[in-house]
Amino acid sequence: MPTCLAQLDFTTVATGVLFYALAAVVALSAVGVVVSTNIVRTAACLLFALVGVAGLYVLLSAEFLAAVQVVVYVGGTLILIIFGVMLTSKSAALTTGARRGEVAVACIIGAVMLACLTLILLRTTFTSDPMDPAAPYPVVALGTALLGNYLIPFELISVVLLVVMIGAAYLAKARRGDR
Amino acid sequence: MNNLATIFAVGLHHYLVLGAVLFVSGVLTILTKRNAIGILIGVELVLNAACLNLVAFNRFSHGSGTALDGQIFALFVIVLAAAEAAVALAIFLNFYNNLGTVDVERASDMGEK
Amino acid sequence: MVSGVMSETAQHIPGLFARVIYDATGLAPSPWASWAMGFVVVAMIFLPAIGLFAVMAIWVERKVAGHIQSRLGPNRVGPIGLLQSIADGIKLITKEDLTPDGADRLLFKLAPYIAFAPAFAAFLALPFGPDLCFEPNLAVGVFWVLAILGLEVMGVILGGWASNNKWATFGAMREACQVVSYEVPLGLSIIVAVAVAGTLNMVTLGHLQGGGLHTWVIFRNPFVMLSFVVYFIASLASNKRAPFDLPESDSELVAGYHTEYSGLRFSMFYFAEYAAMLVVACIQTALFLGAWHDPFGLIGYYYEQFTRTNNTAGLVALNFLAAGIFVGKALALVFVQMWVRWTLPRPRIDQVLYACIKVLLPLSFVLLVGSCVWQLVVPEVTGVPWQTYNPFSPAAWRGAGGTMVTQVLLALVGVGCVGAIVAWVGYAFVTGRNLKQRLTDPSPIPERV
Repeated sequence: MPTCLAQLDFTTVATGVLFYALAAVVALSAVGVVVSTNIVRTAACLLFALVGVAGLYVLLSAEFLAAVQVVVYVGGTLILIIFGVMLTSKSAALTTGARRGEVAVACIIGAVMLACLTLILLRTTFTSDPMDPAAPYPVVALGTALLGNYLIPFELISVVLLVVMIGAAYLAKARRGDR
Repeated sequence: MNNLATIFAVGLHHYLVLGAVLFVSGVLTILTKRNAIGILIGVELVLNAACLNLVAFNRFSHGSGTALDGQIFALFVIVLAAAEAAVALAIFLNFYNNLGTVDVERASDMGEK
Repeated sequence: MVSGVMSETAQHIPGLFARVIYDATGLAPSPWASWAMGFVVVAMIFLPAIGLFAVMAIWVERKVAGHIQSRLGPNRVGPIGLLQSIADGIKLITKEDLTPDGADRLLFKLAPYIAFAPAFAAFLALPFGPDLCFEPNLAVGVFWVLAILGLEVMGVILGGWASNNKWATFGAMREACQVVSYEVPLGLSIIVAVAVAGTLNMVTLGHLQGGGLHTWVIFRNPFVMLSFVVYFIASLASNKRAPFDLPESDSELVAGYHTEYSGLRFSMFYFAEYAAMLVVACIQTALFLGAWHDPFGLIGYYYEQFTRTNNTAGLVALNFLAAGIFVGKALALVFVQMWVRWTLPRPRIDQVLYACIKVLLPLSFVLLVGSCVWQLVVPEVTGVPWQTYNPFSPAAWRGAGGTMVTQVLLALVGVGCVGAIVAWVGYAFVTGRNLKQRLTDPSPIPERV
């Protein structure tokens, strides 16, 4: 037993413990999203899921992406969602539950899908070409790639965002005269 | 006892299984929620699962040198998810203003009172 | 093997102390011990220090408020009222723990912690000294701190919503509007500074500003000076500090998002606000105002000397001096934030959003474009000056080129502005005159009775 404990070096154990903690947060929040009936609680569970995924990105040596996830998803999309909840609910406790039959069908579909996915994933061997976890994050490489190899998607995405802004502003500007 | 090291050694499969759990949760949310915004939350979960998979693959299967393709892909997915959430919410607000509720069951009553 | 362990552990905050321990005893700590030391430092020293800062900041705010309003502020509890915050803390802790009827209990109880945690977590990426950063290899340091600060909004929104109270909901919605709108000029002004500095890593940013007053990022470019002002205003808005304190506007919304909160939960929101003020001031210091450097570049010069000669005791002393300078500059900015709060009136929410979207946003775009064009047109002296010249020799200054002229000019402008403000306030204080009245009423004609 001492030999196998001696095989555990600090980095592996730390990464393992952090992964399991964050994975627990993410999984429990995802289950909370499915199960909760109050829409604001669903949004709060989504908050924890998103922050947990951001933590996992840090473990996966994707620090920039973790920061983008928090800024864009939590600080943008989730606030938008909660705004939507606030503007479209008549009371704080908007509880809507699905019918029993739908819940049963959904559970079956979910179980089947999860079983299939897990089995397939565990039985496949993927190429192993790992990043060096101790190397500092190559921010310069990210910037160069975004303005180099990925310049066209980068510019297209700015056009997409412009279209989305105009479209959302037009759609949300309800024809209040009718009501 | 020797499994202690393999339990702690987190590999690609761990992240992929977690991604699968997120994905299935997202699909279940889309299937069971009656509130339109709940469905949007499910879609966000599905997109997050995909991004997690992309970043995990970048870290474990595509990482030699400074190859960041998986992360750039995930970056674009995140940005597009935010854009799509904005449009979806605008549509839901319109829906609410017209029908007085965001219950998707009522969406099938197109114009019938 | 020993040197391998040393070089790995020497990168974290116990690294400096690990080096000290190694120099003293010859023992090199393992990564486990290094992590444990870091955990102890954070839990036992750092968090209480931030808590103590929040407590003292509340006292300072009340004293500053008092003196600006020509009154004394708290002066009963303890000498000059220093123990007032402790008395307030005892009061808050012993208050009844209420949850309003009809509120979402779980979210109501959770919200203060969601607001509180990011404000404290953001400190972990700040460079208090060249070796005193918790994560010096965080290559996206600035962006990371911005992201963490953005999490605080969620706590406020959830708290306001979960209170089942009209005023709280209004406060929460105003907060969401305001923070989300002001994040854009906030980010853009940071991008201006980062583009000039060339790195997101906060320790590298500190090292870049080590050659004296003129190497501070704020003086590299007139556009960066303006973007410092834009960042200051946007950070006031994202912290819900007056004049942007609409989410908690006392005169309109009872208490805004924290109407229903009392006792310890209210103090969590309050502490979060003061901790966030210090974080934002620390970001401004690290990014614009030279991080831990003194205006003469001596700390950078001696750091390089001590590192070369491996003088561990000197390095420890230098690091603590650097941390003192960093925190001192941040505290000066916190004082300016408090000063602005008690001087300016509160605008309406539409005026706040107007200021953001129609004034600050175009301004920050113009500053970004201008700064990038400036960088293309005006060639820059790159590298840290104390690595390329000896600040004690005038001949080296002459050789550094004409690009330093801009920086030196801007530095003089900055010093002049600060000096003018200090001189004005000092003159008013010393002569006891109401300067505004004097300036607007030049020659009062005596009334003929």
